[in-house]
Amino acid sequence: MAEFLEIENVSKSFGSLCAVDKISLSIHRGEFFSLLGPSGCGKTTLLRMLAGFERPDSGRILLAGQDITSHPPNKRKVNTIFQSYALFPHLTVRQNIAFGLQVQKLPKAEIDAQVDKMLALVQLEAEADKKPALISGGQKQRVAVARALIMKPQVLLLDEPLAALDLKLRQKMLLELDIIHDEVGITFVYVTHDQGEAMSLSDRIAVMNRGKTEQVGTPTEIYEAPRSSFVAAFIGDTNFFEGEARELVDKEYSRLKIEGFPDLVCFNDKNISAGNPVYLSIRPEKFGIGRAKPSLGGKHNIVPGRVEDVIYLGGMTKYWVRVDEYKIAINQQHNRFYLDEEPIRWNDDVWIWWHADDGFMLERYSEADENLMSLPPESLGEGAEP
Amino acid sequence: MKRSRLPFVVTIGVLIFFYLPIMVLVVNSFNASTYGGHWGGFSLRWYLKLMGQRDILLALENTIIIAISATLASCILGTTAAFALHYYKSALQRCHFILIYTPLVVPEILMGMSLLLAFVAVGVRLGLFTIFLAHVTFCVSYVAMVVLARLQDFDMAVIEAAQDLGANWWVTTWRVLAPMLAPGIASGALLALTLSVDDFVISFFVAGPGSTTLPIRIYSMIKFGSPAVLNALSTILLAVTFILVWASQRLTTNKEKAT
Repeated sequence: MAEFLEIENVSKSFGSLCAVDKISLSIHRGEFFSLLGPSGCGKTTLLRMLAGFERPDSGRILLAGQDITSHPPNKRKVNTIFQSYALFPHLTVRQNIAFGLQVQKLPKAEIDAQVDKMLALVQLEAEADKKPALISGGQKQRVAVARALIMKPQVLLLDEPLAALDLKLRQKMLLELDIIHDEVGITFVYVTHDQGEAMSLSDRIAVMNRGKTEQVGTPTEIYEAPRSSFVAAFIGDTNFFEGEARELVDKEYSRLKIEGFPDLVCFNDKNISAGNPVYLSIRPEKFGIGRAKPSLGGKHNIVPGRVEDVIYLGGMTKYWVRVDEYKIAINQQHNRFYLDEEPIRWNDDVWIWWHADDGFMLERYSEADENLMSLPPESLGEGAEP
Repeated sequence: MKRSRLPFVVTIGVLIFFYLPIMVLVVNSFNASTYGGHWGGFSLRWYLKLMGQRDILLALENTIIIAISATLASCILGTTAAFALHYYKSALQRCHFILIYTPLVVPEILMGMSLLLAFVAVGVRLGLFTIFLAHVTFCVSYVAMVVLARLQDFDMAVIEAAQDLGANWWVTTWRVLAPMLAPGIASGALLALTLSVDDFVISFFVAGPGSTTLPIRIYSMIKFGSPAVLNALSTILLAVTFILVWASQRLTTNKEKAT
């Protein structure tokens, strides 16, 4: 059986710019699905095609088995929450929410009853007769939500709905959106460039870059098992390593050679055979660090290095450790270790270690993606040396 | 430190220079004596006399017909032009903007002359219709500029929002666009109305026999008519113009307070 919302090989170009390049996605009924990517990645164009504001150059969009590719926006059971909210300034909150039902020419009594229900859902009863200019940003956003939900859409599209709000309000609305999604059970397609929003709200995320989907998966899959260097670097921080696969040591583990490192062991679910290049991503918090060499067996990699920078951030400490030509970012919650009373300082010789499962082999690697990460604090200047 | 009184004095001087002649005219329109030299007592006789002059009433009728029809036509054309200018961005639209803007700065006498030549070349009989066309040509520009200014501070996403909520083109236009643009269109219309009622130079060129408008009639009356009747007529015109301008200003500022 086909999925609830099916995007099949959809492409869209503006002039010579290919905004969306043969994207295919399947979205389940009732799912909170995010399109996450940097600005210009095509996520908004894809959303506008779902809404009907743009027509795909090729490909199909199916909603509940029906091809809606060429349906105009007013003929789709899909509603949008716009980044600017796009409330009607000449209408009151109540009239804004009622607009869609009035267009359908429902009886007045029924419209009033439904609008009252919506006003209660978004807790705006007190503002019902105000014009949009007189209510706050968070309230405007709730009017936009109510105005869309009253249409009982099969899919609700949200175009960076929190981008215009300040941080505090954003966190509050994030929670509210989550609650509303749970209450109404409608499929949400949420466009954002903010990984925090996407990670905390979504059932699944499609990470987009340059008009293509890089990876589709749950927040955990996206973070823990990134397929490409773009996903690894865009969501959270990471360290990249370039090496060469050697022989298998176990069913799913390979020996790995990285220039300047001793022989390593690495999880190899991609079945990369000996002699082939490997790009590895290891998240900073997956490393252990200490002065004494730990006695860990089997699947652990233990490597000596030298601390080049330490940044104490309160909740965690960030170390930059030099191993040959690599400058490795390591995050630790403790800056004091149980076996080692002295905190680690600049220029200390240390051991770093990680489990073979925590290094993740990438299917695609592009050097440009390294620019997406936070860089070593070289910019702190000469005074940084102790 | 004592502030200089000069700016105050200059301001008062300039305002007196502007408004004293108008004041004299208004006062004289209620003056019973035929010539404005001395005060002959309060009287409405010039207004009554004005009512009796058929040619003036005919000119007034012409002026009203032209003003209303030219305003309506230029509101429709000007609003759609403003919409096109705002919605579509291209080299062609930049050209369009310049063409719409130009009539605001071209000397009226040039407009009048060129229109006359055009009408004669095409062979249109000069009359109310040619005055109407001429007035539309400059009123469109004013309406377009006023509406364009309104459009610039509203979020075009509301159009998509209306479609998204099920509205077709017609419903979007009447339930969303029209009410949002109404204050802009209305103030553009009042401006157009004022300009049309007032216009002398262009009308003078393109008027034909039997299509004399009020400003043209006034001009000929200065030569041949009674100046006192003219005072009364001018006072009425002044009052109408003042009310229109005031209403237009109010519409614009009210809207700004609301948004």
